[in-house]
Amino acid sequence: MIRYFSSNFSHLILLIGIFIMIIPVWLIFASSTHTALIINTQGLQFFLGDKFLENYTKVLLYEGGFFKEITVYKMFLNSFLMATGVAFLSVISSLMTAYVLVYFRVKYATLLFWIIFITILVPLELRIFPTYSVMSTLNLVNSYWGLIIPISASAIATLFFRQFYKTIPDELLESAKLDGANTWRFFIDFLVPLSKTMIVAMFIFMFVFGYNQYLWPILVTSSEQYWTVVMGLKMMSGSIVNKFAFVIMSMIPPVLIIIVLQKYFIKGIFQDK
Amino acid sequence: MKKVQFKSNYSQYFFLAPQLGILLIFLYWPIIQTFRDAFTMQDAFGFGRQFVWFDNFLFIFDDPAYFIAFKFTIIYSFVITLVTGAIGLLLAVNANNVMHGKSAYKTLLIWPYAIAPAVVGVMANYFFSERFGLLYHLFNDLWGFNWYESVFDSYIYLIIAGSWKQISANFIFFLAGLQAIQKSVIEASIIDCKSSFRRFWTITFPLLMPTTFFLIIINITYAFFDTFGIIDTTTIGAPSGETRTLVYKAYMDGFRGLDLGSAGAQSIMMMLIVLVITIFQFRYIEGKIHYN
Repeated sequence: MIRYFSSNFSHLILLIGIFIMIIPVWLIFASSTHTALIINTQGLQFFLGDKFLENYTKVLLYEGGFFKEITVYKMFLNSFLMATGVAFLSVISSLMTAYVLVYFRVKYATLLFWIIFITILVPLELRIFPTYSVMSTLNLVNSYWGLIIPISASAIATLFFRQFYKTIPDELLESAKLDGANTWRFFIDFLVPLSKTMIVAMFIFMFVFGYNQYLWPILVTSSEQYWTVVMGLKMMSGSIVNKFAFVIMSMIPPVLIIIVLQKYFIKGIFQDK
Repeated sequence: MKKVQFKSNYSQYFFLAPQLGILLIFLYWPIIQTFRDAFTMQDAFGFGRQFVWFDNFLFIFDDPAYFIAFKFTIIYSFVITLVTGAIGLLLAVNANNVMHGKSAYKTLLIWPYAIAPAVVGVMANYFFSERFGLLYHLFNDLWGFNWYESVFDSYIYLIIAGSWKQISANFIFFLAGLQAIQKSVIEASIIDCKSSFRRFWTITFPLLMPTTFFLIIINITYAFFDTFGIIDTTTIGAPSGETRTLVYKAYMDGFRGLDLGSAGAQSIMMMLIVLVITIFQFRYIEGKIHYN
């Protein structure tokens, strides 16, 4: 262990950092367990109140929107479907694309590489209206596929899988070839099991990406039944404590996933074995 | 590339189909449409379309609001990159310095990364509301903070809201970068240089350059694009359009104003800006990085 300075100083700095991260969320959480009257008269609360169950069950069953077609419970279901769909589709498609980029002797490899990676420069926000018009041409507005497919081609995930494949020794393919494995068998029996950690890491990354989408769901769902949690936050009316409770609930799924699966996430992204 | 590969055969098209399919339909097709929108003008009822050369571009250059958005985007991405990078590095160096509790610190500092920008925005709202916002009142007591009227104050509001969760991303990557530096290099440097402060800036920090370079791109992209959700849930451009990023302005012009020609031209300008920044970084910054 090499030190730059005393470790007590480091603990102090880190505790200040954690304080800055946790205190805003804690204040909103503590305030969400009080009555609206207390918030409106005394401001945000530091200590817990006794309205936790009441406020949170009310939010979960709350019917929102102009036509009351959506509940918060349904929003969570939509967000979960969207995030899982994006994660599945982008992991599978990136895994397969990276396979061709690394393991196939193709003439147009460089061109293929650029066709995929130039897309990092053109995120959805830059082509939002034309993408919407493509969606309406294909009749995908107000559907789960419409929420999922357009954001499911991830150049970043492809880049990570490509880097990972490059670290696999050449002997693997040599011996697989001796065993008579074809392209499909090698992919399923050798590469996919080897990439497990990376697959989990990319799945988490894309799940959080899908869950956190804001602009795209606003544009592509005119019907309230497809509203997601993150976009629904702004649309919700109701008392201030219920809004607090909704904010806290909205951050639980992605934060929980990051904390619980942190080991895989960090291992995959930084490729330390 | 690999020395041993499969010969080109038909199965490769099967493996490429999902991603290339999505890219062609939902990315390249819309990009072509963006160019079409940018160089044409639609009549009010959407029936006809006329080729107008660079008229849409000339309109945005004539628009003072475009330059206000441009200025804000540049300042915002510069400050966000600097603030989140500095705090992330500070935390990472200290997390790397402690003997006990390293993984607990990691867990406790990593999670804000997962929170959606729009959710952060809604939360920031509560701290900057005139009614019960703690930070609003703190700053108001200090210098008469009022983001509804002061451009500077609304910048402060958005910088705090935008930096908070991005510190986590910078922290994780800097920590990984620090842990990747070989112990022997650091040990040798201790013999050569007694001052830990100088040792950090002359040995460790240059070795972190690849991480820094990567994070600059990540932070700029974040400030350009992901902050949409934050702005739309906090200032919405307040006081009067000074806190709109280029992406936010293009969206408002296209959505509220239904001016797809202008939105298309603005998108193409954005693509050019991102392209220039990327090329600049690759040529001038990466050239100065020491990888070993």
